[in-house]
Amino acid sequence: MATKGKDAQSPPPDPQAQSESTAALLRELVAHLRQNRTQLREEWARRITRAQLLTAMTEEEIFAEATSVYDNYVEALETGTFEALQAYARNLSERIIPRGVETHEVVGIVLLLRDVLARSLFAKYHEDFTKLNRILDAYEPAANRIANTVAVGFVQERERIIRQQQEAIRELSTPVLQVRERLLILPIIGVIDPQRARQLTEQLLRAIRTNRAKVVVIDITGVAAMDSNVANHLVQTVEASRLLGATVIVTGLSPEIAQTLVTIGVDLSEMATVGDLQGGIEEAERLLGYKVLPLEDVAPKV
Amino acid sequence: MEVPILKQGHYLIASIQSALTDADLSQLREALIERVGRFRARGVIVDVTALDVMDSFAVRTLRDIAHMARLRGAETVIVGIQPEVAFAMVQLGLTLKGVSTALDLEEGLLFLDHQAQLRIERGSGRIDRG
Repeated sequence: MATKGKDAQSPPPDPQAQSESTAALLRELVAHLRQNRTQLREEWARRITRAQLLTAMTEEEIFAEATSVYDNYVEALETGTFEALQAYARNLSERIIPRGVETHEVVGIVLLLRDVLARSLFAKYHEDFTKLNRILDAYEPAANRIANTVAVGFVQERERIIRQQQEAIRELSTPVLQVRERLLILPIIGVIDPQRARQLTEQLLRAIRTNRAKVVVIDITGVAAMDSNVANHLVQTVEASRLLGATVIVTGLSPEIAQTLVTIGVDLSEMATVGDLQGGIEEAERLLGYKVLPLEDVAPKV
Repeated sequence: MEVPILKQGHYLIASIQSALTDADLSQLREALIERVGRFRARGVIVDVTALDVMDSFAVRTLRDIAHMARLRGAETVIVGIQPEVAFAMVQLGLTLKGVSTALDLEEGLLFLDHQAQLRIERGSGRIDRG
């Protein structure tokens, strides 16, 4: 490699086709970066630590990653193709996202590397200003594309993970449970968005049908906030259940939610509400004609 | 297609078998209201289990039947609305306000029995006034 670099070091005698000279300059550049690999890589790792990026990783890990990023970076500069780098960025993101690495850190380290390399180019060519300019002209667009590729790869991977988790949460999120014959409870936890509200209603209606439920207790203790949209979804769920002949009792409205609902003026007059889940189940039992007594009250007196 | 109306004790049962045109629905309404008087029925059950679509006219007709039957002295209950139909109806704002509903025919009959019981207890029933 080094010999190839030396060949290319002699500048083209007269201005050739732009692309050709760019290619030659990039070759020279790559040779330079390969020669000074150890030193530049260490400088880069030092700067990463100093900038307090990648704090979730140990120094050895940073150095190991820095090495492979560096090699991939140089390779992308050399070949001008980004597929390998893209794959590597995805793979890297997959490994570091669970460690809590943020987008700004990934972008930050790539920009740092770009910086470190540019500085080494300044140092090398500071005597030949025209050459430096031409080298930077060749280097910068490629470096920008690399930074772009890595950042986009990282963000895409993160979005993919978020989508996956959303799906997983959605699947876990609607347990419809039978507590007594003809009595179902539906605890809702977390955020209700339109899609989830729809799925919730569908599952509840199906459960009412299959369990022949007469009373349903919807417990929203685990719902942190409610706006008019969510409230309307809830009203719709209640009405749809009624069409199937089931009575719905909503329990666990927090003081904050109660205040919000009254303030924004949602009409909940159609909805039976009881303070907590226990009260809701007791009310449901009453509707179903159950009476729960302590054993000593029923057992024959000795 | 005409909807068969069965008499069962004090109740009339209309079991819709297939999708109905608006004319069929109007005809059903008239037949039911007329028969409430003829059979001195105290309850009407409309079974819509077979319907997988319910448009605004159908919903309005069902509501009209319930209100008209009440004026003629009979309680109406709609039974067998499918989960998907219920969901669609609520989305469209067709919520059958003021009309009783039940899961299926059996539940509907129980509901009417229960209503009759209440009426007797309240002393406003048309039989056994004391």
